[in-house]
Amino acid sequence: MSESAGSGAKTESAPARTRRSGTVYRGDPGMWSWVAHRITGVLTFFFLFAHVLDTALVRVSPNAYNEVIETYKTPLVNLMEIGLVGAVLYHALNGIRVMLVDFWAKGPRYQRQMLWGILGVWVVVMVPGAYFMIERTAREMFGGH
Amino acid sequence: MSTSTTSDKPTSVWGSHESQPPVPDGAVSVTVKLLRFNPEVDSEPHWQSFEVPALPTDRVLNLLHYVKWYLDGTLTFRRSCAHGICGSDAMQINGINRLACKVLIKDLLAKKGKPTTITLAPIKGLPVNKDLLVDMEPFFEAFRAVKPYLITYGNEPTRERIQSAADRERFDDTTKCILCACCTSSCPVYWNDGSYFGPAAIVNAHRFIFDSRDEGAEERLDILNDAEGVWRCRTTFNCTDACPRGIEVTKAIQEVKRALLFKRV
Repeated sequence: MSESAGSGAKTESAPARTRRSGTVYRGDPGMWSWVAHRITGVLTFFFLFAHVLDTALVRVSPNAYNEVIETYKTPLVNLMEIGLVGAVLYHALNGIRVMLVDFWAKGPRYQRQMLWGILGVWVVVMVPGAYFMIERTAREMFGGH
Repeated sequence: MSTSTTSDKPTSVWGSHESQPPVPDGAVSVTVKLLRFNPEVDSEPHWQSFEVPALPTDRVLNLLHYVKWYLDGTLTFRRSCAHGICGSDAMQINGINRLACKVLIKDLLAKKGKPTTITLAPIKGLPVNKDLLVDMEPFFEAFRAVKPYLITYGNEPTRERIQSAADRERFDDTTKCILCACCTSSCPVYWNDGSYFGPAAIVNAHRFIFDSRDEGAEERLDILNDAEGVWRCRTTFNCTDACPRGIEVTKAIQEVKRALLFKRV
């Protein structure tokens, strides 16, 4: 709400709430893990939405299904697949962390350590995972033996 | 931004003292960047910077005093005891909620003698009255709603209400609250949804829910079982990080959630 009187106007009451800019809250790592959890959750939801639709095409006709799946075989979709694996993996690992925060009495105290832990697992899984996922695309794009 | 306030001439403004005190040895010049808002002339808050001499052992509150006493007397902020007990001077310092009287300048100085800028803004989620001064009424409204006082039924004991050390320990952490609103105004859920009780109210409910002498736990748990109660908490831990008293705020909220889930106090 910023329907306050313009400058110079003689009003007595202050506007109820004013917008403010330039103050991003430097929150706890837990806040950013929550933001990332939301983003990865929404991304996964949209994937599932598209996935249900393209799989349902089999019921229309197997040919239509094959044609659609054929359009997925591009480097861009390959990158998106890696992004999807990363998003799902983060969401799953952080979900375990959130459950521990919720139900383990010492969870809130060790939430940061658990966050660094799941990020470590995420990197350890994603580095070889991404390598094997992109290997074929890279070979086909840039040639090789 | 129309410059109806005093953006270019920081010295000798109305309401300020004329002469500035001598700069002490070892002082460094820091830039204090303030989010200012005067409801009588501004339609939007705006940033204003002051150059202030500061000792590493000074607190942020000292810089605010310097600005108010010697540079611009119109600067408005709240402080009372200035020793981290009254909880008046909660503000956003370099992007996080802290008490201005508890943050030392030496912890904010830029490394290797680079120029230091300290950014001060009012706490988020509460209506700004002027400059760093916010209206705390919504905050206290949520506090009162959880009945933060002893509730007992039946006859009063003839002497004191006895409690074991272990029972006292159960809620010791949440007795430390000074109601500064650092936690509540650090909560992303509270910023976006003013009807959430907020961490501070839940902390103060926790203080009585887990008190063996109190008999109002059921009432308070009922209040907090609301859609705008503890279930809005997303465990972002901003509140735990912000608390100047070191209360494990999120832990207390989780304990209230578990008390509701498992009916165990």
